Amino acid sequence: MQFIPNIIFAILLGVGVYFFANNVKKLIRNIKLGKDVDRSDQKSERWANMIRIALGQSKMVKRPVSGFFHIVVYVGFIIINIEVLEIVLDGLLGTHRLFLPILGEGFYGFLIGTFEILAILVFISVTVFWLRRNVIKIKRFWNKEMTAWPKNDGNYILYFEMVLMTLFLVMNATDVHLQQSGTGNVISQFIVPLFHNVSFEGLHLIERIAWWLHICGILVFLNYLYYSKHLHILLAFPNTFYANLKPKGQFPNNKNVTKEVQLMMDPNADPYAAPAEDAGEPEKFGASDVTDLNWVQLMNAYTCTECGRCTSVCPANLTGKELSPRAIMMKTRDRLEEVGRNIDANKGTFQDDGKQLLGDDYIKQEEIWACTSCNACVEECPVNIDPLSIIMDMRQYLVMEQSAAPQELNAMMQNVENNGAPWQYSQMDRLNWVNEE
Amino acid sequence: MITVPVMADLFAEGKEPDILFWVGSAGSFDDRAKKITRAFVKLLNKANVNFAVLGTEESSSGDAAKRAGNEFLFQMQAMTNIEVMNMYNVKKIVTACPHSFNTLKNEYPDLGGKYEVFHHTQFIEQLVNEGKLDFSNANLDINNITYHDPCYLGRANDEYDAPRSLIKAIGGVNLVEMKRSRNNSLCCGAGGSQMFKEPEKGERDINDLRTEDALETKPDVIATGCPFCNTMMTDGVKHHKKEAEIQVKDIAELLAESLGL
Repeated sequence: MQFIPNIIFAILLGVGVYFFANNVKKLIRNIKLGKDVDRSDQKSERWANMIRIALGQSKMVKRPVSGFFHIVVYVGFIIINIEVLEIVLDGLLGTHRLFLPILGEGFYGFLIGTFEILAILVFISVTVFWLRRNVIKIKRFWNKEMTAWPKNDGNYILYFEMVLMTLFLVMNATDVHLQQSGTGNVISQFIVPLFHNVSFEGLHLIERIAWWLHICGILVFLNYLYYSKHLHILLAFPNTFYANLKPKGQFPNNKNVTKEVQLMMDPNADPYAAPAEDAGEPEKFGASDVTDLNWVQLMNAYTCTECGRCTSVCPANLTGKELSPRAIMMKTRDRLEEVGRNIDANKGTFQDDGKQLLGDDYIKQEEIWACTSCNACVEECPVNIDPLSIIMDMRQYLVMEQSAAPQELNAMMQNVENNGAPWQYSQMDRLNWVNEE
Repeated sequence: MITVPVMADLFAEGKEPDILFWVGSAGSFDDRAKKITRAFVKLLNKANVNFAVLGTEESSSGDAAKRAGNEFLFQMQAMTNIEVMNMYNVKKIVTACPHSFNTLKNEYPDLGGKYEVFHHTQFIEQLVNEGKLDFSNANLDINNITYHDPCYLGRANDEYDAPRSLIKAIGGVNLVEMKRSRNNSLCCGAGGSQMFKEPEKGERDINDLRTEDALETKPDVIATGCPFCNTMMTDGVKHHKKEAEIQVKDIAELLAESLGL
């Protein structure tokens, strides 16, 4: 009988980890629906970026208030996880505070004390975050794309953290032995008076309930990640590692186009030659759906935590245009999820559902054409997401596959084609400026 | 009088210039931008730079086509331009247009055009460092200048300092930064081919908002380093009915004026 809690714990842990592993598998499968792009170069620079930007949060602190509180929550999250290790081992082995005899009372108390301080700081920080979202109503949390789910998702995570931190402190406060030893109860000692009428057995019961809810909460949270903007706590690392290292103004040259242009410009090429047998389906230019994007762009979509810093600096959005870089990322993720579910429902192959990422269901042409390609969104993203690359791929699709550019741009391109300038001037007049003082 | 050697003429004489001045379509055809082109040439002449232009052999860099999504047209333009420049054995290029600068520097190399490319502010800064241009006695009857970072020079290529150091080199002027500047700068609204179309529907125009940023610094002059930014900011100043008090100038124009050229 005495092993029943251990067995229940092992089963819960197993189920929690199993579902999480399944979600990770699905996540990787979906990201791999993207096209190949080589980001295996410049390894040392990539590691440095990841350490500086993801681990070191260097871009977060560009906005000092949210940056500071975010670091508190982040550091708290990582360090308090050491305690989770003890909780998991205690649960499996049926021990209580396994590390106490190993580490000695002094050092163990020091660690628990540190966790308690972090826990209360995390609690305060997430309260500040909640106030920023719901009371101060900072504009970027209230843009159009912040519909019910994105808004709730943001708040749920904050409630989750508040509850977890509270449970952790209550668990310590009702641990009579810990309180009597007087080390490590830096914060929890102030909660003890709340329970002064409770019997010893009562305290033990509350301690056990807090302990179980705390670890179950963590397992639930782990499995909530996949459905939430909170995936960034994992994906920020690969996302910064695989981010573009080239100058932001350099847009990749489409290799398929290069082949065709070279053929056109080659005086020896036979214009009537039949295409090679193995040529296959001609490659589609640009992107109209998630599978036309590359895997880094798809990973970007899962990494986005919808903070809206990109949108808050976007010149198009600031002047009331339809475009929001955050919405581009959110829609990409929504569509990718839809494609993933479609594949799951159809035994591993995608069945055409008549929808595309670019179209009335998701990203509209109006958004794509409002972009000034200024790179403000890319510069601003704390985890190096690149919404601009998706916009540019979609423009390529609209122009080269659909001939659907705005009329004035068609005129501009016609001029470039005919007279080598975006305006209708003769190339022979290119030097007129010399004599026009 | 300005002296503008043309590549084909030099080639016929068996000569090669040290650097090609890529004028760009705006610099060649836009009336306002042509003034910037001439101002920059005055500085090149003053510093005795051995340069040349392609003249009628220059064609659109393809930047606008590429940002509009026409990769095909861009690569045609690029390869044609590369063919011409490689024939003339071009090694170094300077341009007063950040859009040409960006595409020539970053997007031409893997199409076969490998050159050392400078924005005109970078090149002028070099001339100053080499002692070929001297602004220590230069003076302008201007108090406050604010500088608008072109996206394709700033964020796109991380060049924020060259333009600023040149402004500071002119005696008597005071560089006042806008609230949004350097990598936080706000676009003028012309990039990504927006120059050639009406904006999408919205509450206001981007250049109007950006000009507001500039007006907050109480400038006498709004300086830029891009012909498109110049147009947008000039329109913005007119929109705010400040054209009588505030001028929009390219850094090359300010420098040429400060030397009385």
